[in-house]
Amino acid sequence: MNKISIHNLSLTYSDGAQPLRDISFDIPANQISVIFGPAGGGKSSLLRTLNRLNDLTDIQDQEGSVLLDGRDLLDPSLDVIQLRRQVGMVFARPVVLPLSIKKNVTYGLEVAGETNKDLLSETVESSLKKAAIWDEVKARLDDPAIALSGGQQQRLCLARVLALEPEVILLDEPTSGLDPISTGKVEESLQDLKREYTIVLVPHSVQQAARTADQAIFLLQGELIEVNSGELMFTNPQDPRTQDYIQGRFG
Amino acid sequence: MYQLQNKMISKQKIGINPKIQKRELLITALIKAAGYSAIIFVGMIFLFLLVESIPALREVELSNLLSSRWYPIEDHYGVLPLIGGSLIITVGATLIALPFGVGTAIYLSEIAPRWLRETLKPLVEILGGLPSVVLGFLGMLILSPYLRIWLDLPTGLSALAGSILLGGIAIPTVVSISEDALDAVPKSYRDASLAMGATEWQTIWRVTLPAARSGVLTAVMLGIGRAIGETMTVMMVTGNAPILPTGIKDLFSPVRTMTATIAAEMGEVANSSTHYHILFLIGIILFLISLVVNVTASAVVFRQKKSQERILS
Amino acid sequence: MTMKLSARQYKQRLGFSLLTLMTFLTVIPIIGVIIYIIYLGLPAINLEFLTGFPREGMREGGILPAIIGTFYLTLGTATFAVPLGIGSAIYLSEYAPDNKATQLIRIAIINLAGIPSVVYGLFGLGLFVLFLGFGTSILAGSLTLSIMTLPVIISTTEEALRAVPQSFRTVSMSLGATKLQTIKKIVLPQALPGILTGVILGLERAAGETAPILFTVAAFFLPRLPNSPLDATMALPYHLYVISTQVPGMPIKIQYGTALVLLVFVLGMNLVATAIRSRARARRQW
Repeated sequence: MNKISIHNLSLTYSDGAQPLRDISFDIPANQISVIFGPAGGGKSSLLRTLNRLNDLTDIQDQEGSVLLDGRDLLDPSLDVIQLRRQVGMVFARPVVLPLSIKKNVTYGLEVAGETNKDLLSETVESSLKKAAIWDEVKARLDDPAIALSGGQQQRLCLARVLALEPEVILLDEPTSGLDPISTGKVEESLQDLKREYTIVLVPHSVQQAARTADQAIFLLQGELIEVNSGELMFTNPQDPRTQDYIQGRFG
Repeated sequence: MYQLQNKMISKQKIGINPKIQKRELLITALIKAAGYSAIIFVGMIFLFLLVESIPALREVELSNLLSSRWYPIEDHYGVLPLIGGSLIITVGATLIALPFGVGTAIYLSEIAPRWLRETLKPLVEILGGLPSVVLGFLGMLILSPYLRIWLDLPTGLSALAGSILLGGIAIPTVVSISEDALDAVPKSYRDASLAMGATEWQTIWRVTLPAARSGVLTAVMLGIGRAIGETMTVMMVTGNAPILPTGIKDLFSPVRTMTATIAAEMGEVANSSTHYHILFLIGIILFLISLVVNVTASAVVFRQKKSQERILS
Repeated sequence: MTMKLSARQYKQRLGFSLLTLMTFLTVIPIIGVIIYIIYLGLPAINLEFLTGFPREGMREGGILPAIIGTFYLTLGTATFAVPLGIGSAIYLSEYAPDNKATQLIRIAIINLAGIPSVVYGLFGLGLFVLFLGFGTSILAGSLTLSIMTLPVIISTTEEALRAVPQSFRTVSMSLGATKLQTIKKIVLPQALPGILTGVILGLERAAGETAPILFTVAAFFLPRLPNSPLDATMALPYHLYVISTQVPGMPIKIQYGTALVLLVFVLGMNLVATAIRSRARARRQW
């Protein structure tokens, strides 16, 4: 079953640049879909279309359709606030809000108007556990989040998203600033999380893509080159450009 | 726990509470209105000045206005002495503020060791914060008698005293903006010059200062703008004699500025009399002069990179 | 190798000395001024001076009404200028598109910043005192001073808002917050120290100004303290002006004492603002 279906998506900036051109593919539910490719290929733009974060940039035109459970996300009358709770995002550099650890996790719920204290503290515990960081921070939930290490901050960002019980989790190079151990922990979490959520990941290396992908999508300069299962993509890529990229001939 | 989760507000299908949404729309509208308020205020001020000054043009002939005799009691409304007074003081102030202001900025930015810079900078900022009436007060009690004795003048209340004090008032503005401009010059410029065998002194004058020149120019213009608009200081030390200055030697005589005229005479005029309207006419002239100076200065392309440090000086 | 300095190095030594001299010539009078005022004004400072009313045509007694008046005017200015200024800065920093209208707003702010203070006084007289009929009053004076203070508050607040990293806003909105919620919960609290510093510096200027209050609020002598915004009031800057220029036989001590009180008021605010600025920089969370 497909969670997200993308049909003929094209984006145009106000200065005429086109980060995405005529993209079409499906994202199955409860799998890790990896969108990889060289820098500037449009991967981040694609991700940000899925939670309408592109509205904050100077994108002038969005053509095509992006269906989440059958609803078109590009519809201008869509409630984007609600969308962003269903489709959560973890960014490349861990950006913790200038609040305590606890408040970071409950932020999304609080802006939604949630005031039930029991619910909030339960959510804090369950989200931090799912992000595999509960044991490390349970004694200092009121400390400023900025005091955590890079890897811990990123897992906090994950917990923050999980607190909203999303359906889809987008991750844009989530481990690019992290050491190998933290990176491993995040990748492990993703394998656990995909049982409950649909994961869309932009990896920071081809190796990460190969390690994690159930489905892989290769994007080059705004165009979709190839879509395949993770195994097949990295053992037997079809398109010569995909082969070249995977083998490191350009990057 | 499963039941609690189903009651989560964020799981309900609405994005934002409609009541909150209405309130947010109102607040956003207020913010937008506040944003445009600056334009409204400038417009209001200009219009008001205009409306109250136009009658003057009808009631007084142009030849009177352009004469060099300001004696309202006998219906002489020549504004030239006043403009001349403002001009000579501004020129004098610039002659002081430019070298001392830019010189101090260069010293602080390029030469002084860090600890000295951190000590002196706040002092210059303090000068910028001193109320003008305090400076005028001191000028009256200390500077003017001093000038009188030292230069053997009939009175120390003169354009010179005004220029010195206004120069002092303009210096903090010149120093702080020039210093930012000099700071913004990339280190690589200086390094390149030194690597070619130039001394630091030569580097400053041939490389750093020219690179910062648009910022320094802005600084001087804004300093001048501040000097033109000063009221209390000049009222207290320039002698307030509306005599048209004709040469350099008039620097040592009393003069009267446009600003001092308004301040001194506004309290005594009858509402809507000719004198009243003329004072508004002088007011609108001041408004337009400051408009030209300040907008030109800011149009000189110079982006402030150091945000809070400069603004708070 | 000869130890004689080359011509260039000689020139540099000379030039550096000249600039050093200039700087100290600029800075030393500032210190001198402050010390001088303290020295000559301190003898006048006693409890009666600070809490009593003027007597004998100002030549004796205290300056309480002037102190209270300046305090009220500062408060009144803050009431109008702070919400308007912060609101305007929020618009410019968070909402305003990059177009001609926004440029016009910025030009207007630059313009307001450059208008001579006496012209503000003229405007205040014409509009608030006469046309709107508020009379010579704290209300008229505060309104005049607040328009004058607006540019400072707007520009410092805008800088403080812009200093908050954009990533905070992006993250906040990705979690389902609206723009206004983001501003209220994240941007404003983080920008607060910078805003506070700017507000205090703006009010410091307003407290020290004479020309705008000359015709809009200042009274030469009032036997009672003001008890409504429609009352006129005495004020420290105006009081200093009057007693040093209009009253014959005014004791020097009282003049310097008044100057000292005004100086302390103004520089005190400066100190508070600087302290807030330093503390905020140390505790920044980004």
